[in-house]
Amino acid sequence: MATSSPILDVRGLTVDLPPWADRPQAVSDVSLTLARDEILCVVGESGSGKSVMARAVMRLLPQPHLRASAGSILLDGEDVLRLSDARMRELRGRRVSMIFQEPMTALNPVKTIGAQIEEVLALHTTLRKRERVQRIVEMLAAVRLPNAAHLVDAYPHQLSGGQRQRAMIAMALILEPALVIADEPTTALDVTTQKGILALFREIQRARHIGVLFITHDFGVVADIADRVAVMQHGRVVEIGTREAVLNAPAHPYTQALIAAVPSLEPHARRIAPDAPVVLRVERLEKTYHSGGGFGRGRRVVPAVRSVDLAIRHGETLGVVGESGSGKSTLARCIVRLVDAERGAVLMSGVDLMRLSRRELRKHRRQIQTVFQDPYGSLDPRSRIGRLIAEGPIVHGVPEAEAMSRAYALLELVGLDRRSADRFPHEFSGGQRQRIGIARALALEPAVLIADEPVSALDVSVQAQVLRLLADIRDRLKLSMLFITHDLRVAAQVCDTIAVMRAGEIVEYGAVGDIFASPSHPYTRELFGAVPGRHWRHPTRAESHSPVNPT
Amino acid sequence: MSAFLRRFMRNQAAFAGLLVLLAIVAVAIAGPSLFLHAGPFELAGPPFSPPFGRYPLGTDMLGRNELAGLVYGARTSLLIGLAATLFATLLGVVTGGLAGYYGGALDHALMRVTEMFQTIPSFLFAILVVAILSPSIRTVILAIAIVSWPPMARLVRGEFRSLRNREFVQACIAMGMSDTRVILLHVLPNCVSSIIVTGSLLVATAILTESALSFLGLSDPNVMSWGFMVGAARDFLQRAWWLCAIPGVAILVTVLAINLVGDGLNDALNPRLRH
Amino acid sequence: MSVARDRARYIGWRLAQAVPTLLLIVTLNFLLVHLAPGNAADVLAGEAGSATPQYMAFLRHEFGLDQPLYVQYLDYLRNVVSLDLGYSFREGMPVRDLIATRLGPTLLLMGTTIVLSIGLGVLFGLLAGTRPNSLRDNVISVFALVSYATPLFWVGLMLIVLFAIELRWLPTSGMVNIAAFYTGWAKAGDIARHLVLPAITLSLFYMALYVRLMRASILEQRGMDYVVTARSKGLTERAITYRHVLRNASLPIVTMAGVQIGNLLGGSVVVETVFGWPGIGLLAYKALFARDLNLLLGVFFVAACLVIVVNIVVDVIYTMLDPRIGLR
Repeated sequence: MATSSPILDVRGLTVDLPPWADRPQAVSDVSLTLARDEILCVVGESGSGKSVMARAVMRLLPQPHLRASAGSILLDGEDVLRLSDARMRELRGRRVSMIFQEPMTALNPVKTIGAQIEEVLALHTTLRKRERVQRIVEMLAAVRLPNAAHLVDAYPHQLSGGQRQRAMIAMALILEPALVIADEPTTALDVTTQKGILALFREIQRARHIGVLFITHDFGVVADIADRVAVMQHGRVVEIGTREAVLNAPAHPYTQALIAAVPSLEPHARRIAPDAPVVLRVERLEKTYHSGGGFGRGRRVVPAVRSVDLAIRHGETLGVVGESGSGKSTLARCIVRLVDAERGAVLMSGVDLMRLSRRELRKHRRQIQTVFQDPYGSLDPRSRIGRLIAEGPIVHGVPEAEAMSRAYALLELVGLDRRSADRFPHEFSGGQRQRIGIARALALEPAVLIADEPVSALDVSVQAQVLRLLADIRDRLKLSMLFITHDLRVAAQVCDTIAVMRAGEIVEYGAVGDIFASPSHPYTRELFGAVPGRHWRHPTRAESHSPVNPT
Repeated sequence: MSAFLRRFMRNQAAFAGLLVLLAIVAVAIAGPSLFLHAGPFELAGPPFSPPFGRYPLGTDMLGRNELAGLVYGARTSLLIGLAATLFATLLGVVTGGLAGYYGGALDHALMRVTEMFQTIPSFLFAILVVAILSPSIRTVILAIAIVSWPPMARLVRGEFRSLRNREFVQACIAMGMSDTRVILLHVLPNCVSSIIVTGSLLVATAILTESALSFLGLSDPNVMSWGFMVGAARDFLQRAWWLCAIPGVAILVTVLAINLVGDGLNDALNPRLRH
Repeated sequence: MSVARDRARYIGWRLAQAVPTLLLIVTLNFLLVHLAPGNAADVLAGEAGSATPQYMAFLRHEFGLDQPLYVQYLDYLRNVVSLDLGYSFREGMPVRDLIATRLGPTLLLMGTTIVLSIGLGVLFGLLAGTRPNSLRDNVISVFALVSYATPLFWVGLMLIVLFAIELRWLPTSGMVNIAAFYTGWAKAGDIARHLVLPAITLSLFYMALYVRLMRASILEQRGMDYVVTARSKGLTERAITYRHVLRNASLPIVTMAGVQIGNLLGGSVVVETVFGWPGIGLLAYKALFARDLNLLLGVFFVAACLVIVVNIVVDVIYTMLDPRIGLR
C-alpha cells in the first residue's frame, strides 16, 4: 500500500473530568495515529480513558461534564474539535461511525432494525425508499445475517446478542465510512459468538480498506486482530507499536505486567492423590424452569440443568466451564439449595442435602460456601465488613467476640488490613470486595468452596491477584473447590478437572491436561477454537503459586 | 448518616419545605393553648368580618374565628394524615414484604387483592366507608388507610423481590441464616429509604383525601377541619370568597411542604448525578 | 388479520379475569351494607324519618331481610347480574336508569380531562426534560409542584370566583343554560362553555402528575445508550428527542394513566359537586346526603366496571406502543 496520510491523527488530546471525579483528567496528552487500512487496538483496564478517547473522536462526550480541553483530533485532515455542530453531524455516520459495547441498549427498543439503519441513509443520502431498503438488505447479508429481508422488520429484542451486534455493524458500515470506532464490541458476547464477530471485522476491514480503532481490554482479542497496538493507563498512552512488538516484547513495565497477568492456555499440572476421598458428589441433578402460563396459553419450559453427575475429591478443584445459558450457575445454586432442583442427589459426608428439611439444612450449610460473581452486589451495603464476615459464625452459635477475632484473622489472610473491618463495602474496590467475599465464605470453615465466576467482573491485573489468593488459600486450607467460569484461560490455571457444560448437560469431563491437549466432544473443540489469541504465546511466564500479593 | 443530612440541607427547596412543615406542626401543637378562651366552634364575633380587621383572619358565616379554625384544622389534618399513613405503611410493609420475599401462592393472592383495590375508585370507596360507618376521626383514618395501603404494598413487594435475588441476600441464605433474620437485618434496612419517601408522599395524599372528604361533609362533626371550612363557606362565594380561599391555601401550603420534603428525601437517599 | 384476532382473544381473557374482581366488589358492597350500624332496612330506606313501624316491617320483608344471610347474598348477586341495581327512594327511580342518564356527562368530563392532562402533561414534561435546570424547566416544575399540592375543590372554587364571578367570562355551574333552549351546534357550544372550568379543574392535578413523570422519564431516556448511537449517526438533538426519546419516554405515562382512572373518577365526585355538573359523581354526592345507600353502591359498582374497561383499553394501547410487550 502506498503510504498516505493517516485517517486519524490524535495530537496531545486532553479531556478534563468534572471537579468531583477522582482525578483531574480522563485523557492526558494522548497522541496516536491510525492509517487508512489498518486495525489499531487500544488496550487498557477500566479507568484507563480508552472509551473516553474513542468518544472524543466523534465528539460524543457527555457534555458538559467531560470536555476536551487541549490538543487536536484530525479526521482526514479536519480538526474534529474545532468543527461546527452542523459539519460534525455531516461527518458522523458518513466518514466516521461507531459500534458500541452493549447492542441491546445501544439500539432503540421500539424501532425496527430496518428503520434504525434506514435513518442513516435518509440523513446522509438522497436515495429513494426502494433503493434504501435494497441497500439495507444487502448490508445485512454482508454481515452474514440470515433472512436479511425479514430481519428488516424485526425489533432488537427479537434477535440474539450476536445478531444484534451484526446489525449494529451493518448500521455503522452502510455508508462506507473511512474510519470505524469499535468500543469493546465483543465484550458482552459469548466467546463462540465473539469469534464470529471478530472474523467479520477482519473480513470487512480487509475487503473495504477501512481504518478501525478497536477498543478492548482483552489481550487475546488484540492478538487475533490487531495490526498495531496502543496501551493506555490512567489516561495516558504508555506504549504503542506493532502487534508483534507490543505483545511479544513489551517495553513499558505496565504492559509487561498486564501481559503477564493474562492467564496462559497451558494448564499447569498439579497432583491430586487418586485415592483421596470424594467430598461432594452430585447425582442426576435436574432443574427445569417454568414461566408464564395460565388459562391454557403457552407455558415456557426451560430445562436449565439436565441430569448432571459430578464428584469432587478432597483438595481437588473441579472447573465447570460453559457459556451463558449453559446452566452452570443454576447448577451451583442447586447444589447449595438456593434454588430447589426437581430431581437428583447432592451428597456430602454421606448426607443427601436434597432430602433435608429447611431446618436441618441450615446446620449443614456451613460445610459448603459460595463466593459470588458481582463484587458490587454480593456485600450488604449497609453492613460493616467485619460484621459481614463474622455474621455466619454468629448465626451458627459462635460467641460474638470469637467470631469477630476470626473475622480479623480472615481479613489478614486475604490481604486486607484488620482495621478495615469497620468500613463499609462502598469504600473498597472491586478486587478488594471479592477478597472480602472470600473471607466471608471461609469464616464458616467449609469443606467445599463454590466459586461462581469470582473474577469475571474484575480487571485482568486484579483478576490475577485474586486467583493467586484463591489458589494459595486452597492449598493452605486443603479446600475442595467447584470453580465456575466461562474463561478457559482461568480454568487452565486454577482447575485440576474440567466439566464442559452446554444447554444443561455435561458434554465432556476429565483432567484438565487431557482435555486441553485433546478435546474430544465437538462442542469442546468449538469452545477451544474460539478462545481469542490461542495461538499467541506469552513472552514472559510467571508460574503460579507466587506469594499472595496484597493490594 | 451525616452525608445524607448534608445532601438534604443543600437542597434549598426541601429545606424550606421542612421549615414550613415544622412551623405548621408547632402551630398545631402550641396553637390551641393560645386560644384557651375560644375553641374553633365558639362564636367570636359578627359573621363575615373581613380579614386584617379586628380578627386576624376574620370570622366565618356563623361568626367563628377563622384563625382558630385554621389552627385546630392543622391538628386534624396532621393527625389524620400521619395516623392513616402509619397504618397503611405497616399493613403495606408486612403484606408486600411477605409476598415479595416468599413469592408463590402468597404473592399471587396479594397481587389479586391489590389489583382489586386498583380497580375500585379509591375515593369513592373511602366515601362509602366513612358514610356507612358514620363519620368520625377513627373512621376517616380507617378509610384513608384502606385505600392507601395497596400502593405501599406494591412498592415493598417490588423492593423485596429484587433484593431477594441480590447476591448478598443469597449469601446470607447460603450461610444458614433464618428467614426472619435475613428479612429484618438485611432486606428491610435496604429498602427503608424507599419506604420513607413513599410514606411521606402518602401523608400528603392522605391530607388531600381527608380535606376532600370533609369538604363533602364527611368529617368528624366534633372536630374542625380545613376541608369542612371550605365546604361550609361554599354557598357564600359571592359575598366572602376569602372564607373559601384561606383554608384552601393552608392545605396547599402544608401539602406542598410535605412534597418538597419528600422530594428532598428522595434525592438525598438516592443520590444520582444531576445532568 | 391474526393481530386483530389476538387482540380480541386478549380482551376476552381480560374480561374473564375481571369477573372475580367484580365478584369481590359486589361482595364488598353487600358486606358494607350489613356492616353499617343499625338495621339494614334503616340503611336501605335512607333517612326516611317518617317511616312507620309497619313500613319498616314491609321493607324488611320486601328486601328479604328476614331471610338468612346467604340467601340474601345470593339474591343480591342474582340482581346484580341481571343489572338490577335496586331502587332509589329519594329519586323515585330504579338505580340503573338514574345512573344511565348521568353517565354521559361524566364520560364527557373524564374524556376531556384525559386528553387535556395527558396532552399538556406530555408537552410540558417534554419541554422541561429536554432542557433540565433551565428557566423553562424551573417554571414548569414549580407550576407542577404547586398544582400537585392543590386540593381539587379549592381550585374549582377559586376558578369560579375569578372567571365566573369577577370576570363573568364563564358560567358558574351546570352543564347547560336551562333558560335558553339551545339545539344542535349552539347546544354543543353551550355545553363546551360549561365544560371549560370543570375540565381545567380536574385536569390540573393530573397534568402536574404527568408533567413530573414525563420529565423524569425524558431525563432517564436521555441517558440511555441508544441516544448516543443516534447521535453517532449524525442526528440533530431535536430529531433525537422527537424520533427516538419521545416514544420510549411516553410509555410510563400510558401505564400511569391506566392506574389513575380510579382516582379520576373519585376526583370527578368533587369537581361535579363544586360545579353542579350532572354526572354520576354529583349523583353520588346527592346519594350521600340523602343517605341513599342503594344509589351510592350502584354508582360504586358502575364506576368499578368503568375502571376495568378503561384498564383493558389502556393495556391494549400499551402493547401497540411497546413492541417488547406482547399480548399475553
